[in-house]
Amino acid sequence: MIINHPLLGPRDASEFYYIGDAAMIMRPDAKPDDHSAETMAAFDSYQHHRDNPHGFHRELWYHEQGDRSWLIVTRNTTTHEITKVELARDVKLKGGL
Amino acid sequence: MAKTFRLKGGQINRKTPLNFSFNGKGFSGFEGDTLASALLANGVHLVGRSFKYHRPRGILSAGIEEPNALMTIGTGADADPNTRATVTELYEGLTAKSQNHIGPLGFDLMAINDRLSNFLTAGFYYKTFMWPAAFWEKVYEPIIRYAAGLGALSGEDDPSRYDKGYLHCDVLVIGGGATGLMAALTAGRAGLKVVLADEDFRLGGRLNAENDVIAGQKGADWAREISAELAAMPNVRVMTRTTIYGAYDHGIYGALERVGEHKSDQSGTRQILWRVYSKRAILAAGSIERPIAFQDNDRPGIMLAGAVRQYANRFAVAAGDNVSIFTNNNDGWRTAHDLSAHGVHIAAIIDTRHHPLDGEGLSAPKDCRVITGAGIAGTKGRLRVNSLTTTTGETIKTDAIAVSGGWSPTVHLTCHQRGRPRWRDDIAAFVPSGDLPMGMVVAGAANGEVSLSECLSSGHDAAAALARDLGKSVKKTPLPKVEDEPSFGIEACWHIPPKNGRAWVDFQNDVTTKDIILAEKEGFTAVEHLKRYTTLGMATDQGKTANIPGLAVMAEITGKTIPEVGTTIFRPPYSPVPIAAFVGRATGKNYMPTRLTPSHQWAKDRGAVFIEVGPWYRAQWYPEPGETHWLESVNREVIATRSAVGICDVSTLGKIDIKGKDAGEFINRIYANGFAKLPVGKTRYGLMLREDGFVMDDGTTARLAEHHYVMTTTTANAVGVYRHLDFCRQALWPELDVAIISTTDQFAQFAVAGPHSRKLISRIVDDGFDLSNEAFPFMAAAELTVCGGVPARLFRISFSGELAYELAVPAGYGNSLAETLMAAGEDLGVTPYGLEALNVMRIEKGHPTAAELTGQISAHHLGMERMLSKTKDFIGATLARRAELTRADGYRLVGLKTIDPEAMLTAGAHFLDRGAATRRENDLGWMTSVAYSPMVGSSIGLGFVKDGHNRFGDVIRATDFVRGTDIEVEIVHPHFVDPEGKRLHD
Repeated sequence: MIINHPLLGPRDASEFYYIGDAAMIMRPDAKPDDHSAETMAAFDSYQHHRDNPHGFHRELWYHEQGDRSWLIVTRNTTTHEITKVELARDVKLKGGL
Repeated sequence: MAKTFRLKGGQINRKTPLNFSFNGKGFSGFEGDTLASALLANGVHLVGRSFKYHRPRGILSAGIEEPNALMTIGTGADADPNTRATVTELYEGLTAKSQNHIGPLGFDLMAINDRLSNFLTAGFYYKTFMWPAAFWEKVYEPIIRYAAGLGALSGEDDPSRYDKGYLHCDVLVIGGGATGLMAALTAGRAGLKVVLADEDFRLGGRLNAENDVIAGQKGADWAREISAELAAMPNVRVMTRTTIYGAYDHGIYGALERVGEHKSDQSGTRQILWRVYSKRAILAAGSIERPIAFQDNDRPGIMLAGAVRQYANRFAVAAGDNVSIFTNNNDGWRTAHDLSAHGVHIAAIIDTRHHPLDGEGLSAPKDCRVITGAGIAGTKGRLRVNSLTTTTGETIKTDAIAVSGGWSPTVHLTCHQRGRPRWRDDIAAFVPSGDLPMGMVVAGAANGEVSLSECLSSGHDAAAALARDLGKSVKKTPLPKVEDEPSFGIEACWHIPPKNGRAWVDFQNDVTTKDIILAEKEGFTAVEHLKRYTTLGMATDQGKTANIPGLAVMAEITGKTIPEVGTTIFRPPYSPVPIAAFVGRATGKNYMPTRLTPSHQWAKDRGAVFIEVGPWYRAQWYPEPGETHWLESVNREVIATRSAVGICDVSTLGKIDIKGKDAGEFINRIYANGFAKLPVGKTRYGLMLREDGFVMDDGTTARLAEHHYVMTTTTANAVGVYRHLDFCRQALWPELDVAIISTTDQFAQFAVAGPHSRKLISRIVDDGFDLSNEAFPFMAAAELTVCGGVPARLFRISFSGELAYELAVPAGYGNSLAETLMAAGEDLGVTPYGLEALNVMRIEKGHPTAAELTGQISAHHLGMERMLSKTKDFIGATLARRAELTRADGYRLVGLKTIDPEAMLTAGAHFLDRGAATRRENDLGWMTSVAYSPMVGSSIGLGFVKDGHNRFGDVIRATDFVRGTDIEVEIVHPHFVDPEGKRLHD
């Protein structure tokens, strides 16, 4: 696969490290004294429930053998078509997914 | 002299004869021959034995599709099994051996299997080798493995060299036949960057095999002319002997170039595995002829008609003296015509069509029997066919039969992204359809074009269209004219049902029409089931000649049409690629990079024994003259460090520089313990969790300036921690002003430990830095200079439990720092210590490392639960509170001491109570690290014991099934030496 890096242009997928569902950038908030079941459930979901759809998916790729940008790549998991590549930083600064 | 079957003409170089051997017997051929053509020229048809029945087999084809002529080429470590003789270029001194027989090829002892064929039917293994289950591994599998399989590997290291390469192009043209040449020419002339790849050693494809006339010259000559024009274009790269074996995502193709295996001197690179990045690709892979199944159609001498023609026209070799043709289309007649023109006698043409001669312009050679509306009912001849009998009852003497069942487009690469071919009744073949790999178009025979002129125009049109698409203009040039094109006129006929024998569909796997009938009876009617149940289309040829006839027979039996039955699709590779080519040069020591610390040379000069730690080489111990056992060296190093001073290279630890206004806040969110109040000039131990609450890593972080921190990680987790930090920084908290960079390779770092360490450090630190205990206490950190101006970082931290420092200098100074420390501390008894002594001392102090931090260990397990901050959120804070991670009676890190001082503990041993049965339910935990402690005077260990902190003083057993030991141990505090930690503060 070739990922069109927003800063560097097309790069081979072998330069990247992959972790999957971009929902990982949406870490729940937790107050230090918040021991509520809701917070535990929110982190449980954040940690363990990842989407793995058949079709288009926003996922995290790390350009580890390159400029070390974390990217959010919108990829069709069945055809490998890539329609969008963003810096994770930009997405998060704009409020997340 | 033996009879030769060499004809006149052909594209061989008669001036360069080449000697080769087959099964130990010497033969000769010419430059330009394949091994197969050279064997046929010498009258050798019998080249192997079939997989299951060990039937004598001959050369069927003239290409990559060959199911029978599989040879082992070369001897000893160089031997290359399962090589197709039909695509093996002849070279001087080539040695070939047939495969899959016991005893001589002409009298195979395993041929008994042929008599047992009633038992060895489809699904034989599944039905026979079932019970008892205990026999699977010990009895059945060895029998099957011995009897089955084709060629064998030498079992020795492959001495050949394999390389890898990367290519970028606008258009990749796959196949250098008429279509591919026209496409490459058009794209090349339009100024596109072109790669043209063909698996053959000569461009031209079928043009070399036929007698077509293009633009007034022979097709082969036209191909040579175009090849020369392409070779002269700077924007075109022509790659012969190169197979495009896979179509991957986004226009990436895998290619195998055989650069050395056709040479007598095999010392250079043998193959290159290319990764080709293309904007577009034109698949011009041509088509593959398929046989018609009839009784005993597998005898040597029975070949594909197109191959017989190719041997005659290209290699100037006659398949026999008295050849018969069996066909369902006009192509068979072409073979008769071409052979006859070479002076070869045609015994008969048997055409399954009733009226092939009507309006097709076909004519039979002189003295040739023509039988229409008929088939072959059987053949005779043990090691070579000598006669055939027609379905009309006529017996005809013949020494070769050329069979044409029509042509199947080579659609394989179009299926690599799950494209599913579509059936075309008019040419009785599957053509590419559905989702093709991105950027691929198909042209010529691969797309179902039948005539040469259509191939030329489709190659041109495909290239012109994509050139315009890529912004190039294409000049209109008239296409070369083709003269006297024969028509195809196929009427599908797949098999002639045998009366009292078997008709082969898949020669390589010995699948007959009987097997397909049986599979259908037993319910395996779907093509995918048919394939797996009968093994139709498996092994090295992947059914290139067998798949379509196989499923056509299934369609006939089930009363369905071929499109209803459907086809299996293909995966990479198109043809076998040696594992060695994928490995390339990454063998042995080159498997991964080797990392050496900056002072490696110094350690090597001192005679250090090294150990591989991931990619790193680390000094394990430094033997002194007279020491005969590693433990002797390690004990000396430990004692010297604890009593005087030792130095240890710790450069492999991960080092991360962290800067920015929010660096402190960032680190505070990363570590589980508080970092917000770490003052400038101080270091703190940090415990890092993963978000799931388990411990990820530990290390120290120093604050060198207001907005400047330096973090260390364990050697093993250096990469993972950096990745984690980058994720947190960019994806979780991009609003924080923080930047990080790995400086692992930029600094050489030495631990200087022991009661004399301050004295030694003071001697090399430049004047003006106060290193007194008051000015530079335990956990202090500073940037300073050493040895007269070398910038350095000094940390007063200790892994050994002694008064200790870690000193970091720019990597280039690492080697001389080691030398300087040794020279400066000679009178203090300075001793270098290695990884082993480091490990002994950290076990004596109960410090965890990778052996303890397995990813399944919580802060509670380590006894570090009090470090989990209650006043901040941090990575892992919430999930670390989960019940199993925090339970009071859970695992705790403890020390273990032997009761018998002579006993040696082993890591990996499991703990059991005394008297408890050695069963899983009674398991109390496991030993993580062990060492012989010269301070304690016995073997000691660290381990996790259930409720361990409430069991100090208990004696339990450390049981190790692997090493067969069962040792009594006492549970103790994990701090074996200086439990109060006084030495750190001296």
